[in-house]
Amino acid sequence: MKTILFIIQKEFKQIFRDKSMLQLIFILPILQLLILSNAATFDVKNIAITFVDNDQSRESRDLINAFKASTYFKVTAPYFSEKEAVEEMQKGKTDIIVNIPIHFNRDLQKDQKTSILVSINAIDAATAGVENVYVTQIINTYNQNIQMQSNYFSGNKEIPQNIMVIPSFWYNKTLNYKTFMVPGILVLLVTMLTLFLSSMNIVREKELGTLEQINVTPIKKYQFIIGKLFPFWVLGLVILTVGLVISKVFFNVPMLGNIFLVYGFTSVYLLLILGFGLYISNHTETQQQAMFIAWFFIVIFILMSGLFTPIESMPKWAQSLTLLNPIRYFVEFIRMVLLKGAGLKEVLPNLAVILIFAILINGLAVWSYKKTN
Amino acid sequence: MEREKIISVKNLTKEFGHFTAVKGISFDVYKGEIFGFLGANGAGKTTAMKMLIGISNPTSGEANVAGFDVHSQADMVKKSIGYMSQKFSMYDDLTIKENITFFGGIYGLSRIQIRQKIAQLIEELELQEVANNLVGSLPLGWKQKLSFSVALLHEPKIVFLDEPTGGVDPITRRQFWEMIYTQAYKGTTIFVTTHYMDEAEYCDRVSIMVDGSIEALDTPKNLKQQFKVDSMNDVFLKLARNIE
Amino acid sequence: MKRFIGFVKKEFYHIFRDKRSLFILFGMPIAQILLFGFAITNEINNVDIAILDQSNDIETQKIIYKIKASPYFNVENQIEKESDIESEFKKGKIKAVLIFEPNFSKNLETKKVAVVQAITDATEPNVANTIANYTSAIIQNYQSQKKQSNSNPVRVEVQSRMFYNPELKSVFNFVPGVMTVILMLVSAMMTSISITREKELGTMEILLVSPLKPFQVIIGKVFPYIFLSIINAIVILTLGYFVFKMPINGSIFLLAFESILFIISALSLGILISTVSNSQQTAMMLSLMGLMLPVIILSGFIFPINSMPLPMQVISNIIPAKWFIIIVKAIMLKGVGIQYIWKETLILIGMTVFFITLSIKKYKIRLE
Repeated sequence: MKTILFIIQKEFKQIFRDKSMLQLIFILPILQLLILSNAATFDVKNIAITFVDNDQSRESRDLINAFKASTYFKVTAPYFSEKEAVEEMQKGKTDIIVNIPIHFNRDLQKDQKTSILVSINAIDAATAGVENVYVTQIINTYNQNIQMQSNYFSGNKEIPQNIMVIPSFWYNKTLNYKTFMVPGILVLLVTMLTLFLSSMNIVREKELGTLEQINVTPIKKYQFIIGKLFPFWVLGLVILTVGLVISKVFFNVPMLGNIFLVYGFTSVYLLLILGFGLYISNHTETQQQAMFIAWFFIVIFILMSGLFTPIESMPKWAQSLTLLNPIRYFVEFIRMVLLKGAGLKEVLPNLAVILIFAILINGLAVWSYKKTN
Repeated sequence: MEREKIISVKNLTKEFGHFTAVKGISFDVYKGEIFGFLGANGAGKTTAMKMLIGISNPTSGEANVAGFDVHSQADMVKKSIGYMSQKFSMYDDLTIKENITFFGGIYGLSRIQIRQKIAQLIEELELQEVANNLVGSLPLGWKQKLSFSVALLHEPKIVFLDEPTGGVDPITRRQFWEMIYTQAYKGTTIFVTTHYMDEAEYCDRVSIMVDGSIEALDTPKNLKQQFKVDSMNDVFLKLARNIE
Repeated sequence: MKRFIGFVKKEFYHIFRDKRSLFILFGMPIAQILLFGFAITNEINNVDIAILDQSNDIETQKIIYKIKASPYFNVENQIEKESDIESEFKKGKIKAVLIFEPNFSKNLETKKVAVVQAITDATEPNVANTIANYTSAIIQNYQSQKKQSNSNPVRVEVQSRMFYNPELKSVFNFVPGVMTVILMLVSAMMTSISITREKELGTMEILLVSPLKPFQVIIGKVFPYIFLSIINAIVILTLGYFVFKMPINGSIFLLAFESILFIISALSLGILISTVSNSQQTAMMLSLMGLMLPVIILSGFIFPINSMPLPMQVISNIIPAKWFIIIVKAIMLKGVGIQYIWKETLILIGMTVFFITLSIKKYKIRLE
């Protein structure tokens, strides 16, 4: 036991002595949490839309005004020809072109219907889909208006039926995407930091030669491992705390659930991540290799975590794969607890999985750490 | 010199795939000796030593160090020996005091004992000026002496030194060997590898490894007589030429 | 010159002998492309919702039928009463509950208005918003179909054309992004590590004392990674083309030129990082932890830049990746020539020059 304390003492001294690393360890996550949380949004807003109005009638202008009034769209200067508008899309100046045909108004009066051609930059297919929905919504409202007018003028007193869809947004009335992103990004940062540091740490001693010296001493495996990983475990919790404070103070993220539950889960989660870092450390010879392997897994874990893209949208086989992804469980957990106030009962499955993973990977890591070759 | 065996090696072999680095060597080291383990680079001496200090498993054969078997009782071996590696292996980003505290603690010294040792070492090595400096900032010779002293913190019966004087100036080397003598006088067995043949003269007995086998084992005086030369350097050259 | 070539050869040996790193270097882009192509999408579909039909009449059943038929929704779960919603949301199993009010059809006939409540779990605001939108869209669609079968109201119809990506493949958006992220991270990381490792091992001094000029040392160090990154880019583009039918509508030469330009800018960023790092660890932390999330989030790779708040859009301008993604999408999917992307190209060149100049200055300061 005392031995472990000596190792921990040395590790902390080394961490705090490396001023530039220390700065990085604290500044990088804080800075990123502050800045990136503002940017990570899937809102579709400020869509650049251009009209080619071949009719120039009051009705066509009404249509354009409907779009101008919408917060989703930013109507750019109009063009006289479709060709010019397409040039603009090529240049990236606009993302939607609405072509109003030359007899727009006349056809509406005579045939009771007409059509407009909407060209959408579909490189980002999902966004294009959403843009299409918004366009359709505005057109639908426009249609309802002209229908009402036409009814009025034709003396048709019939009030059209209308099914209203009233949405209500629980836990996040203002649809503030930051509420959603900040806890998630915090999870990513804590994970990245502890994984990188722990996977590099033991390899570093290998590279420098001090590991050999340690292996000759009577230190037991478990003493060495606990002593080495403990400081990073503490570090992870410290960064979590700083992150939670920032979330509350700067982003007003609700903290509905039990904060001890958050710390409890994170403690186990960190054991899992550190164990993984240790495992990587055991099987690599240089810091570069360790970093690379850690990087490889982190990127895949991040992309498949449900943070940036929903897990439900993945094919079934991919969804099954995410069951192996620790970040997925942590992201789910922290949202459930912070934003919905979920308690131990609801998060028990997540906690159980993380605990099992932690035991498995740490067992593997300790077993594969060989003091003797 | 007592004739109690403190290291006993029988047919110790280490193979790496098809390559045999250590080919069934056998020898003994007696308590209190300064035993020189010589050989050219690549002769297998570091590999052999790694087996003796318990960080490499022998492919076959056995070795008994300080009364314990290196294969099955490696932990007990480690408790009884000290080790100074080629790279000095102290933490460059910790101070002298912090390094001593760490290694002392690892070997089970109490805080009081550690404090005593720190004071003692600083006094003996005259490190008062730099006691709170980072080890990385010390000149090579001081690092070397410090490494040696740290290896002896827990007063082990044997201390293994792997090429301890590489890159150090002759005066410092001389001072270092004086430290070795002092320890040997106190009863500590010294097992030292080196390829400085003049240092071989300082040892009680010397073994010379060539291509994985021990080709000579005796006191320097006897070896010089045997090969009819005046220096250990020439002994070595003759041995090397014979093999070729 | 011969010395220089010898030096470059040594760098190549270093890289190719490190099998593990090599495996990651080439395996990573392949894994990412395959993941993005087959697994990851930012479209919303298959969302688990539940329906609480308090009316159970013909109208509601028709609407519910349409909702169930939609690929966006997955209606499996049952909800008996409104008070259950809270606990279901907490469990996280369903993302929304659609409640049809009692006497739905009657209300529609007599009061002319009937209400469907879309109660969404807005902890994922994007999903919640989409659910509300899609529900609206499905019901509006239902209503206009009903109207049209009854009468012929005046209306404007929308014909949509999807430019550049008619099949709406989400992978088209991601291949340029993956290429950018990989090239950026790998180049910056590898270069900074390679240079700082020589510093740490002490062999940098040897190089500097040799007849090689400092700029030759740097270029020699960096050259193999240009080569490696080009291979990476080719692998990504080939995979994109053969596995996902991602076209290169524009000039391949232009694409190659721009890619090399971007690789050089990422490498120069790596050089800059190495001048401010004194250990491999620092270099790795800076280039990995410091670059990864900003590049992924601020480059337009996953999140559309237009939708970000204005300050974020401004910050995104300093990320070289942002400009390269625009260039790649323009060349590959829009098929444009240099005249459309000269601005972005100039910006990349400017950034590269800036990084290199800054590195040289920092290096000179250290020498003094």
